[in-house]
Amino acid sequence: MAVSFEKKNILIIGIVVAFTIIIVRLFHIQIIDEEYRINADNNALKYETRYPARGRILDRNNVVLVGNKITYDIMVTPIEVEKFDTLAFCNIFSLDTSFVKEKFREFKLYKKKIGYRTLVFLKQVPSEQYNIFVEKELNFRGFTGTPRTTRTYPNNIGGNLFGYVSEVDADYLKNNPIYKSGDYAGHTGMEEAYEDLLRGEKGYSIYLRDAQNKIQGKYGHGEHDKIAVAGTDVISTIDEQLQSYGELLMKNKVGSLVAIEPSTGEILAMISSPGVETSKLAEINKYYSEIINDPYKPMFNRTVMSPQPPGSVFKLINALIGLQEGVVTTDTRYPCHQGYTAGKVKVGCHNHPSPLNFYQSIMMSCNSYYCYLFRSILDNPKYDNIDQSFTKWREYVESFGFGKKLGSDIPSEQAGFIPSSETYNKLYRKGGWKSLTVISLAIGQGEIGTTPLHLANFAATIANRGYYYTPHMIKETENHPINSKFKEKHYTLIDTTYFSEIIKGMYMAVQGGAGSGATAINAFVPGLEICGKTGTAQNPHGDNHSVFICFAPKDNPKIAVVAYIENGGYGATWAVPIASLIVEKYLNKEITPERVWLEQKMFNSDLLYKVNQKKYRKK
Amino acid sequence: MNKSIYRKLDWPLIISYIILIVFGWLNIYAALHTESDKVFDFSTKYGMHLIWMGTSLIIAALILFVFPAKLYNVFAWWFYVIVTLSLFAVIFIGTEINGSHSWFAIGPFRFQPVEFSKISTSLALAALMGKYGYKFKYLKDITRAFLTIGIPMLLIVLEKETGSALVYVGFLLVFYREGMSGWVLILGILTIIIFIITLVISPYVSISVLLALIIITLGILSKKKFFYALIFVAVMTALHYFPHLLEMPNIASKNPFSAEIWITIFSVPIAIFFLIRSIIKKTTYFRNTLLCFLCGVGLIFSVEFLFENILKDYQRARIENLLGIKEDLQGVGYNVHQSKIAIGSGGLLGKGYLNGTQTRFNFVPEQSTDFIFCTIGEEWGFIGSVAILMLYMFILIRILKLAEKSKDDFVRIYGYCVVSCILMHIIINVCMTIGLMPVIGIPLPFLSYGGSSLWAFTILLFIFIRLDLERWR
Repeated sequence: MAVSFEKKNILIIGIVVAFTIIIVRLFHIQIIDEEYRINADNNALKYETRYPARGRILDRNNVVLVGNKITYDIMVTPIEVEKFDTLAFCNIFSLDTSFVKEKFREFKLYKKKIGYRTLVFLKQVPSEQYNIFVEKELNFRGFTGTPRTTRTYPNNIGGNLFGYVSEVDADYLKNNPIYKSGDYAGHTGMEEAYEDLLRGEKGYSIYLRDAQNKIQGKYGHGEHDKIAVAGTDVISTIDEQLQSYGELLMKNKVGSLVAIEPSTGEILAMISSPGVETSKLAEINKYYSEIINDPYKPMFNRTVMSPQPPGSVFKLINALIGLQEGVVTTDTRYPCHQGYTAGKVKVGCHNHPSPLNFYQSIMMSCNSYYCYLFRSILDNPKYDNIDQSFTKWREYVESFGFGKKLGSDIPSEQAGFIPSSETYNKLYRKGGWKSLTVISLAIGQGEIGTTPLHLANFAATIANRGYYYTPHMIKETENHPINSKFKEKHYTLIDTTYFSEIIKGMYMAVQGGAGSGATAINAFVPGLEICGKTGTAQNPHGDNHSVFICFAPKDNPKIAVVAYIENGGYGATWAVPIASLIVEKYLNKEITPERVWLEQKMFNSDLLYKVNQKKYRKK
Repeated sequence: MNKSIYRKLDWPLIISYIILIVFGWLNIYAALHTESDKVFDFSTKYGMHLIWMGTSLIIAALILFVFPAKLYNVFAWWFYVIVTLSLFAVIFIGTEINGSHSWFAIGPFRFQPVEFSKISTSLALAALMGKYGYKFKYLKDITRAFLTIGIPMLLIVLEKETGSALVYVGFLLVFYREGMSGWVLILGILTIIIFIITLVISPYVSISVLLALIIITLGILSKKKFFYALIFVAVMTALHYFPHLLEMPNIASKNPFSAEIWITIFSVPIAIFFLIRSIIKKTTYFRNTLLCFLCGVGLIFSVEFLFENILKDYQRARIENLLGIKEDLQGVGYNVHQSKIAIGSGGLLGKGYLNGTQTRFNFVPEQSTDFIFCTIGEEWGFIGSVAILMLYMFILIRILKLAEKSKDDFVRIYGYCVVSCILMHIIINVCMTIGLMPVIGIPLPFLSYGGSSLWAFTILLFIFIRLDLERWR
């Protein structure tokens, strides 16, 4: 009994100690510490959120691409509102009196629940209206304005490249719990990709309110306030002048135009047309349904989201693989009789001399040459069966970044598609297909999908003679160092010497001169040594797509470009001039007088009518 | 029925109870009323609470005068099984209110089985440990005791009612009285202290404190006290200067580990060596101390992991707010900040009944339930707050004393259970309102608004009062 007696006493002592600690703390809070003593004179705290300025987006030369302007939210504290001239109020903000009356009816209904809180009454009123309001603020007790920043687009370019900023919705809040209702966040494009850098940190100020509900000053001398931290400006790799020019060239056409700096992988310009007018981006809420319902899908970033067959530009890869595998040399010649025939299969080709050697096949884009070449790759006796040779072929292709996401910082990047031997084993059963079955791959048609970004990257890889840097939109600066993955060289499986051979062919394709059969003579600019390859991608729903990749100058290239114009017909007609103009603009800063007519033609032509409306509506 | 024993009814406890519930109602009215409301309006919450009070008195009377005392011991396990099953059922067929999945809703009435589980677990524990031949020494008996509180505790955690689960930790006090070593409680408190130091100051300080404690303990246990005193001074000096050493330029650049990892690398092998030695030599106290040290080191390093990965976001945020790691007066810290303001502004004498401005204008959320102490603090001031706390203390100590007087182990153990439940509720609730504990939502006994809460505490208390009477037979 003695032991348990002692334990009881220990427990009693424990209880007394616990209560004493509580009482001491109460003594501290209630008697000693002044901080918690709010007497009847100032009995309320008012919290005001301080929103930070969002980081701007600048181009590679610090030109502002996306900036901020201040608008105001009009806030109301219903319990403070006294009788006011509703009509005058509505006149300032161009409102209907019924709107105001309805709101106040709601406030009265939920009076207890609202209590002393401050609510948003009007969002984003322009500064002109706000300035008038401020002058008359004394007449509208209970209303205040709080500044918010919204986006401006000083150069009126970029559209879907930048994305837009709008208030977060319920879904977003669920997935991103650090945001609160009323916050803004970036959606799509760069605004989304760099949201973390751009958004900054919210702050708050705490004010003391007295019995008459007037603000009495800061709580705790502002010691508990949290300062808003402005977002970091993001410097992108985009060249504003080049982007602007590219958008003019692509106006009224459907497709993509991408320019990359091969030595770094930096994206100089990225145009997906049709795009969104930036004036509409700034007021996205107003125009949202219009944009969403536009059959040309302006918010859809075709450069990364639209995998299509590449067409003849893909011949270059087969050419490289052929050289690497040793099944073809630069002297190899193949015939072309208006195309290639084998058994029941016929692949057509345009009119040109025959036979052609390696370089000429590139210059004139001969389909037949590549049918022979492709079949020799797959039928190479070095391999036991087509599964093996095809898998090896696929390995080569993938090493250029095709068939997978490149890993850029562009949102919604698609991987595209490169078939594997499984693909055909499923379609035809194992052993049920041969090189002739998949011959369309020779010329970049069939079961193959590449995005314009893949093709631009391909152009850059060739320019570099065998490696690429992952394309990216953000430039490395002190404020935002870039991910090391953007500084890694990705080597292809092709020996670097073979690249010079196809470059010779690409050089001839542009410089060959009229009458030579070269397909890209419209890209010729004296002194620039542009090298390129045309493509005409078949389109079962309408006119073929016009494709061209190029880079310049031939040695020490500074820019690599892809132009992919949907329903543009032959590569030479639209893609070649557009790509070459943007190269010329970048390297020479202005277009030579002889080519100005071409430039004007590109600016003024309208291909939208050609796009099959039905194709889009079905989707 | 022996009417004679009713002359021995413990009136101090009953009167204290009545004072509390009346005072509770006054404060609930103060917290909830608006200008135009009438006092007896039963559509209001405080009107409803009058009904709860009335029915509680009826239940109290039933327990005192109608139900036989033997009922509780005989049916203890039945109650326990039924209530525990309902704890289980409510997870699946219950309604979720305020993030916790612990309510049954039948029409307009809502109640939580959790509140009643405290009663049934107390009765079951008393039945288990009060049985002849039970000793809190045999493994079988210890296990049964822990299971009895463990099963409901687990279910309560699954219901997301972490507050009530925490109350169950109070049952350790009952175990202590019934034979558990006090070391369990001491180690528990030390664990919490280490946890706090690691989070608020740094793991390095934590390890230093741990080493200090271990060396002191070993010194007390050993005969070579002077030797250990020397070691203590040496080690503490070294620990003090060690971080400075690591910061020196030529060392800092080559240093791969942080300070606390170096200390661990040195001390743990030494500890293990001595641990093995003490196992061989069978010096149990040394062995236990060294084991505690190793566990402590493990705890320090797992604090970060536990804190980031086991706790939910809002729980982590509340603890960060409490420990002053992060201040967010607009978000997580809002409730407690308002609460402290309300209580603090009461001053010595309070603002007077119905004159509390923070109370009147609804600045403190949940003011009639979890934060009812704010109303007391603001309107009745320091004097009033202390008076209520004294009343609580009186009730608790009186129950302890009465429990010890009983010859029936069942009654004594049940009494201790009642004390531990009420004590934990008071400590957690009041400390939360004054910023000594993170925000955990549990009611203040007899004072918070709520039918289930009031009924449960009434039943809890009055079963004891009735059982206490039996010693006069």
